Amino acid sequence: MTGTFVGMPAFPTAAREALADTQLRHNLAHATGVIRGKRAAVVGEVENWEDLRLAGAAVKDRALRDLDEQLVRLEESLTARGAVVHWARDAEEANRIVIDVARAHAVDEVVKVKSMVTQEIGLNEALEAAGVAAWETDLAELIVQLGGDLPSHILVPAIHRNRAEIREIFLRRMGEVGRPAPDDLTDEPAVLAGAAREHLREKFLRARMAVSGANFAIADTGTLVVVESEGNGRMCLTLPEVLVSIVGIEKVVPSWAELDPLIRLLPRSSTGERMNPYTSTWTGISPGDGPQEVHVVLLDNGRTRALADDVGRQALRCIRCSACLNVCPVYERTGGHAYGSVYPGPIGAILNPLLKGTGDPQTDSLPYASSLCGACFEACPVRIDIPEVLVHLRSKVVDSHREDRIPKPEAIAFRGAAWAFADERRLGRLEKLSGVAGKVLRRRSPVVGRIPGPGAAWTDARDLPAPPTESFREWWNRTDGGKADG
Amino acid sequence: MASARDEILGRIRTALRDVEPDAEPVLSPPGARVPEALGLIDHFAERVADYRATVVHCAPDGLATAVAAALPVGSRVVVPAGLPEAVLAGITHPVRDDGLTASELDLVDAVVTCARVGIAETGTIVLDHEPDQGRRAITLVPDLHVCVVRADQVVPDVPDAFPLLDPVRPLTWISGPSATSDIELDRVEGVHGPRHLYVIVVGSAPSR
Repeated sequence: MTGTFVGMPAFPTAAREALADTQLRHNLAHATGVIRGKRAAVVGEVENWEDLRLAGAAVKDRALRDLDEQLVRLEESLTARGAVVHWARDAEEANRIVIDVARAHAVDEVVKVKSMVTQEIGLNEALEAAGVAAWETDLAELIVQLGGDLPSHILVPAIHRNRAEIREIFLRRMGEVGRPAPDDLTDEPAVLAGAAREHLREKFLRARMAVSGANFAIADTGTLVVVESEGNGRMCLTLPEVLVSIVGIEKVVPSWAELDPLIRLLPRSSTGERMNPYTSTWTGISPGDGPQEVHVVLLDNGRTRALADDVGRQALRCIRCSACLNVCPVYERTGGHAYGSVYPGPIGAILNPLLKGTGDPQTDSLPYASSLCGACFEACPVRIDIPEVLVHLRSKVVDSHREDRIPKPEAIAFRGAAWAFADERRLGRLEKLSGVAGKVLRRRSPVVGRIPGPGAAWTDARDLPAPPTESFREWWNRTDGGKADG
Repeated sequence: MASARDEILGRIRTALRDVEPDAEPVLSPPGARVPEALGLIDHFAERVADYRATVVHCAPDGLATAVAAALPVGSRVVVPAGLPEAVLAGITHPVRDDGLTASELDLVDAVVTCARVGIAETGTIVLDHEPDQGRRAITLVPDLHVCVVRADQVVPDVPDAFPLLDPVRPLTWISGPSATSDIELDRVEGVHGPRHLYVIVVGSAPSR
């Protein structure tokens, strides 16, 4: 029913396709423009925003520096409040745990709260293969699921769809999986939201099991936190009898009081609101209120690999607000699909290689999907220095190719440069040669046109200046370092 | 084979070999100050109303009237078991929640509850689901939520609310009616939660 990111081409190829899609570019430019404006307004309201960012980063760092102890404490507090705690090394293990809970209760459907981590592990597909239907209940996730589409944004997975496309998807698909959309459905956002309300309500009312992620998990108390807007999260967390929450191990926050800066940072950075409509917190089982069987799956799936990288581990501070996507000049033009992952944009460009490791051509292309302008770092509420990590990961990608039998053109070029710069006389002779070439070329134009071979990738989008007729060293000698007139 | 738990904890310990833990909790920066021209309660009311919720003030002896005015004539209203008499007095057809099913709640028009904390800066109401607010489902399924907040429950900003809340209880932070921005990032009120939030602020701000 849903698509898959498996087998996506590397970023440059995927981006080219996205850039040619004018409807997509229009949808994205509009949506990211709106959200940037909203965020700027509510962030500007906070006098000590920078102090808040520092505090938010410090809280997440404190949890990560002591992660093993924090997780053991989280497990103890959860267990003490009646939750069943599971640990999963990878996606397959996590999916198996959810399927086993579903089988134990003989359910053939679950309702889902929007969750990045369940996307990451492909839970819906795994459940479907086990004969359990997983209904996405977040509006954007519903649009993606009904459209057989892929998410393209962390916060608004259907950001690439406009209202007319959404109307068409609802009319075509809702009836196949439940209550159909009304025949007179218009493309007014309020009317479309109303159709989703009607469509999903019967599913909420009858569902016996729900699956969620968590935005935060408090180690001291065992409290899980879900931040949302629509109330679909509250429906899933409150009405069913059984709740399974899949929590990445990096979601831990040491204490209740330390949740405060994060709760202040997230909505302003994410939806550009002072506060999101609904935040739910729950601690294990509350007798007589909500699910009376609560499972929590603590998931690794590459997080310990990221933690072992002393530059990259700061990416685990991420609270999935998506502010970095909205300000990124690359994301704004290519959209999320080009990144080939549920984590697109600047954070995806570092998170994917950190979680999966380098070595795969698609993953290895991601650290290069950036102009290193730094807007992402400026916007990040927990101060993840994304450009720093991008550069670090680029060096890892390059390092992983040092032993290649057939070196990359870049490596050959740099080896040539090293050879030329290693000997002063050799460099002088080469500079003479390039000066002659410059004289010839500049007769025609100061810019070299498209060059063939591997250099074409560079000249396709940039002007390569013709070599100067005089080298710097020649100029220096001739003018005594610029003192003589020259 | 090692258990998943032991293996994950082992990987973490290896990854953090050279990292010292930080024992000191992080102190939160102070919250926003209340705009002097407005005062705490008006600031709260303005911020709640900003989400397109309805906000009214009343004196303690006008509470029943204010509650009655919030409810459309003839509406079926679910109430938590511990709703104070002064609030209950304004409801013509109260349905006391004695464990109604979700489908039964779906047939109810409105819910009336109290609250634990109001946060002025963000226009947020926090429920801790004590008997005067009831279990979580009753404030979720009906389409209209009338919420009574005492003026002395309102605090300036989020950091003032944290010490007043017990995380062991389930908590629901409500900032306006249910909303979505999922269609072209255009905010639309009214998806799955109550589409109408009606807040009654009782009394005036305590003098400080």
